[in-house]
Amino acid sequence: MSIKTFRKGGIHPDADKLTADCMPERTPLADKLTIMLSQSIGAPSQPVVAAGAHVAAGELIAKAGGFVGSNIHSPCAGTVKKIEPARTPQGLWQNAIIIVPDAEQPEPQFAGRGDAEIQALTPADIIAIVAEAGIVGLGGATFPTHVKLSLPPGKKADTIILNGAECEPYLTCDDVLMRTRAREIIAGARLMKKATGAGRVIAGVEENKPEAIKAIREAAAGIPDVEVTVLKKKYPQGSEKQLIQACTGRVVPAGGLPVDAGAIVDNVATAYAVWEAVALGKPLYERIVTVTGPNLEGRGNYIVAVGTPLETIINDIGGLPDDTEKVVCGGPMMGKAASTLDSPSTKGLSGVLVLPESMAMRRKPDPCIRCARCVEVCPMGLEPYMLAQLGGHKRWADAATRGVANCLECGCCSYICPSSRPILDFIRLAKAESRKLKK
Amino acid sequence: MTIAYSILILGVIGIVAAILLYIAAKKFHVDENPKIAEVEELLPGANCGGCGYSGCHAFAAACAEATSMEGLNCVSLNAEGMKKIADLLGFTATAAQRKVAVLKCNSTCETRRAPNRYDGVSSCAIEASLYQGESECAYGCLGCGDCVTACPFGAMTLDKEGAFPVTDWDKCVGCGKCAEACPRGLIELAPLGEHPIVWVACANRDKGAQALKACDVSCIGCGKCIKACPEKAPSVTSFLAHIDYDKCTACGACVEACPRKSITESASCSPGPHTL
Repeated sequence: MSIKTFRKGGIHPDADKLTADCMPERTPLADKLTIMLSQSIGAPSQPVVAAGAHVAAGELIAKAGGFVGSNIHSPCAGTVKKIEPARTPQGLWQNAIIIVPDAEQPEPQFAGRGDAEIQALTPADIIAIVAEAGIVGLGGATFPTHVKLSLPPGKKADTIILNGAECEPYLTCDDVLMRTRAREIIAGARLMKKATGAGRVIAGVEENKPEAIKAIREAAAGIPDVEVTVLKKKYPQGSEKQLIQACTGRVVPAGGLPVDAGAIVDNVATAYAVWEAVALGKPLYERIVTVTGPNLEGRGNYIVAVGTPLETIINDIGGLPDDTEKVVCGGPMMGKAASTLDSPSTKGLSGVLVLPESMAMRRKPDPCIRCARCVEVCPMGLEPYMLAQLGGHKRWADAATRGVANCLECGCCSYICPSSRPILDFIRLAKAESRKLKK
Repeated sequence: MTIAYSILILGVIGIVAAILLYIAAKKFHVDENPKIAEVEELLPGANCGGCGYSGCHAFAAACAEATSMEGLNCVSLNAEGMKKIADLLGFTATAAQRKVAVLKCNSTCETRRAPNRYDGVSSCAIEASLYQGESECAYGCLGCGDCVTACPFGAMTLDKEGAFPVTDWDKCVGCGKCAEACPRGLIELAPLGEHPIVWVACANRDKGAQALKACDVSCIGCGKCIKACPEKAPSVTSFLAHIDYDKCTACGACVEACPRKSITESASCSPGPHTL
């Protein structure tokens, strides 16, 4: 069995999958859920409930603000207290619906579908169910899944790629989901295959998750249109463009979408959510979150209701260790540090990483020694040192001609830099500013 | 003998090169209005762009083309300097209003709450793109000094704590480079004239209750300044007051009335030496 990977660049950070063997456990409901109205890329959702209304678990509380947008459902039975601005982990104020859960939580009831009924669904039906259930890309990008499944006119995809790479160190939420829910993930992926008219499903899993590979292989056994590809442990293996190259050998053209290479990439958790929506009729209102850290006692994988404050999640498992310096939302490579623990979890939150002081602080940057390691590891074949320098000198147009728009912001360049230079910071600035130039 | 040959050969090369350069200079000569060079001579050469042109040369070219001094003003020259240019061109000098940079944030490390610590690159543009900043206020000064780096006249410095920029109005010419560099748009150019400048040193556009929590000296949009002002200079839009500098007479009534101490009055109106 050959192990596949993408061709250019990449790094090998320590995996530190401390929670790989922690099976998902449900955390208790918080006293108050803060459900952000911007939980996906696109327009913020519009609330359909008013303060004082009583809602059941899974009831629609906000509808998509446009075609690119997503529905939001209540994670519990409770009362809408008010609709007011709340803080995101980045400290910015955004509107949110505050729900106080009831003391009694009845088992939520949904209208599921039988096998025959699922078989009879047309592609349009599946996309409508996915849109209704408010499913977004759960790998972290939170792109609305129904938009992804509705291919642009004239475009065709022949492959659905299931992203089970989970190349970010520390995170294990996809790993445990694959171990425990492999059959459902494959079923969800095949539903997406049907919705887009693709011919096959390729599930890509990194080699450092042998149990997940075994589970997915068992689930896919005997299904002719599902292949399982074992991927090399290399970051950023789970990045869309890199994964397409690893699994199919095709290259997404610069500035293009995956569908230009005939592929659609979806996270395993998204596939599972699609299965839940179609087979059980359950909308997306909770997800597995890896709560981890080298010194965090209660680390593990938890099923967290959307809207649970980060502070509650951490307190429920024993609180922050004394030496905590930084809490990161997401993985250590692409995650963002939280500026306040007062902010709630969202659909896109895959992990909460608690770092001690010894690991959290940046080193003082030294001058660039022109070693070109950043060029070597850049998976997009860019020249990070040059782009960063252009960013520092505000030469946005020059950065644009050198392809800054293709940067994935994976952070390989900053990771590998022996002078600890803040390369990605300046590239990100140049990317944002050169995008403004175009307008 | 060797030394004589060397001198001879180098001399000949020098003469040939001089002839070639002379021919090239004649052949590729570009006729330029001689006034451009003369005007440029009188300009400071900082290329600050405060005049609205891309640099001192472009401004000089515009002056040479112009039919009057209307709309042409080098912000970093004083009245005398502008008069020299006008005299050279045979126009009458028009007096222009001098402007200086004011910071629309008056918080200090004591008045605002900082629940987190920023450990990234010392650049306001980068910090602003990542998150709301170290303080509770998502509108306030980030204090990394992008404006200080942008100032071509050395008029801005970070204060003693290294946290907030301070403008030396004696040096500030009002070119607006700092305003351009600030990712939060906190720097405004205010006219420096007969009386001190009174401005709202806050940019928080959140509702009163939220602004109240963010900082001890934030504008909550209560409108007390509007009632206090005899000239109707202040106005409140999206929970933030703003003073119309044309109407303001610096009577100080709004400064007294402001319950949040977010309206600031400059200590003096001295335009300083300003002799570039």
